[in-house]
Amino acid sequence: MKKRFFAAALAAVMIAASASGCAQGSNTDSAAASGTGTASGDTIKIGGLAPLTGSVSVYGNATNNGVLLAVKAANDAGGINGKKIQYICYDEKGDATEAVNAYNKLVENDKVVALVGDVTSTPTLAVAQQAVNDNLPMISATATAAGVTTTGENVFRACVTDPFQGEMMASYTKKKLGAKTAAILYNMADDYSSGVAEAYKQAAEAEGITIVAEEKFQTNDVDFKSQLTSIKGKNPDVLFLPVYYQDLAQIAVQVKQTGVKAKLMGVDGWDGVLDKIDKSNADALQGSYFCSQYTAESTDSKVQDFIKAYKAAYKAEPNMFSVLGYDAMNMMIQAIKDAGSTDSDAVIKAMAALKFKGLTGDITFDKDRNPVKTCAILTIKDDAYKFVEYYKK
Amino acid sequence: MDFLSQIINGLGIGSIYALVALGYSMVYGIVQLINFAHGDIIMVGAYVTYLVLVVGGAPLWVAVLASIAFCTIAGVLIERVAYRRLLNMGAPRIYLLITAIGVSIFLQNLSQLLFTSSGKSMPKMFPSDSLDLGSIQLSSVSLITIVTSVALMVLLQVLVSKTKIGKAMRATSEDAGAAKLMGINTNITVAFTFGIGSALAAVGAVLYCGAYPLITPYMGGMLGLKAFVAAVLGGIGSIPGAMLGGYLIGVAESLTKAAGGSQITDAVVFGILIIVLLFKPAGLLGKNVREKV
Repeated sequence: MKKRFFAAALAAVMIAASASGCAQGSNTDSAAASGTGTASGDTIKIGGLAPLTGSVSVYGNATNNGVLLAVKAANDAGGINGKKIQYICYDEKGDATEAVNAYNKLVENDKVVALVGDVTSTPTLAVAQQAVNDNLPMISATATAAGVTTTGENVFRACVTDPFQGEMMASYTKKKLGAKTAAILYNMADDYSSGVAEAYKQAAEAEGITIVAEEKFQTNDVDFKSQLTSIKGKNPDVLFLPVYYQDLAQIAVQVKQTGVKAKLMGVDGWDGVLDKIDKSNADALQGSYFCSQYTAESTDSKVQDFIKAYKAAYKAEPNMFSVLGYDAMNMMIQAIKDAGSTDSDAVIKAMAALKFKGLTGDITFDKDRNPVKTCAILTIKDDAYKFVEYYKK
Repeated sequence: MDFLSQIINGLGIGSIYALVALGYSMVYGIVQLINFAHGDIIMVGAYVTYLVLVVGGAPLWVAVLASIAFCTIAGVLIERVAYRRLLNMGAPRIYLLITAIGVSIFLQNLSQLLFTSSGKSMPKMFPSDSLDLGSIQLSSVSLITIVTSVALMVLLQVLVSKTKIGKAMRATSEDAGAAKLMGINTNITVAFTFGIGSALAAVGAVLYCGAYPLITPYMGGMLGLKAFVAAVLGGIGSIPGAMLGGYLIGVAESLTKAAGGSQITDAVVFGILIIVLLFKPAGLLGKNVREKV
């Protein structure tokens, strides 16, 4: 085992050495001198990290597939300022230690100029700590944990954070639905659910909506009738449910059983609920609203082209992860183009000032390097998701 | 009248606990075995209902009968394959307990293998509207559940106290050796008890699916544990005790959640159990029998 690892490491070093060797002489890029990035003559090396095997490999592969499509599209269109992109991705198995090892390999051996990754929050946080020391421009497609981008000036992300969705829906509740009162039911044992609930509550109160009830449940609960009966007594206009689709399937049916009349609203955890609720019960979700960063129902031709290309390449439906992977890579490409070089500071500056039109809407970055973008508002009608509009608060 | 609605909510889930608790209680009464696989029988019943109703497209009454039949057979089969030899050999109780846990894990993993671990959605079985009775909100599903469970308990009580097999059950429970000497086939009696318990769990499964239309291979775990607590609380071995325990736990849960204490619901349930056992070690309706020497 040790021997094999040594051999692999040696091979990697040799490949890297030969790659940078052939770069000598023909390279005129300014980044060659900056130490953090060496652009070989006619390629720009961008590193990638994703869990391609292991328990979260579903996310990793979907994201990486999206990234690969973006690289291919960019190279077909002539690359970045005449140079082809070379994308080097390592499998980190969803593990923070593996991710840091892979990161070191990318920086020291492969001499990448930028990083698109990681996919899940925990390894991303670990890698971000390292990337800050190297001042390497980095964008994660899908890591939602609040601390990811506050690690350093060089760390960005393509997905919106959990609290952002709560604020978005609070604004939608007031401005589009004209609701005056709202109730919240959330899973207090889950960071995602309680984080969104808290953000929604604060934003809704700031908008002038009265939160009449705030009920909680725990992971694996199936009986919500008591909480819903209490909510029913307060008669709110809107019931906000920042929960995952399995819980939603149970809650929605019990909403009907207990006779709660409020309009149901939620966030991207709802996606997939129609597979978990039988057609005969789907009327419980009729007319409810939720937001998502991506919808296959979108009328945007860019999205439809992407779906076609993705299906042709991978024989599978793209999901939110693939779309965010595609956007994240394109944002990095755009930033390097805007910077006109692969110098770290220039790319980071270009990224911070980026105005990007992606599959997940128009994107700019706020001061914490989180994206500010439109969200797709979806409604459920006759047992199907229906795209309503892109909404920006 | 929120309070009354909450009581009805509690009785609804309590009825399901009670139906499962009856199985624990009867089996314990007759062979002193805590059958931890019993909670998973409800899961088996739910998946049979799903297969017949959704995959097979049969009407509800067929699904109910199929679920009852399948669970009864499964219950008898489990007794025959896993427990009978141990029981007849007079194996220590801890062996039986470990076997029961093994059967429980086997059933969970089997259904995970067959149906994957992601949940399956059940169709609407009963009218799901809420009834407005003046100021009181009643969910019709809760009402159906409560009425069915009470009817089944009356039937069971008649079966145990008035019929010949019921007499055999009581005799076996009192003294299996003496019952055998009186010409009672205790093997058949014990198998019958497992069958009846499982049939009740199957009805519980159907009612559960009506109220909570998403089933998973692990749904029997916590449900079984709560039902076991209900059986112990009411006095294990006692049929009315199991029902009372089920209702009490259901109502306690519902009221705790309604008072905003979702995070301590389980603590309240187990807390009640501890307090009752401190003052009445045999449970609320349990008889304090001296250990046989």
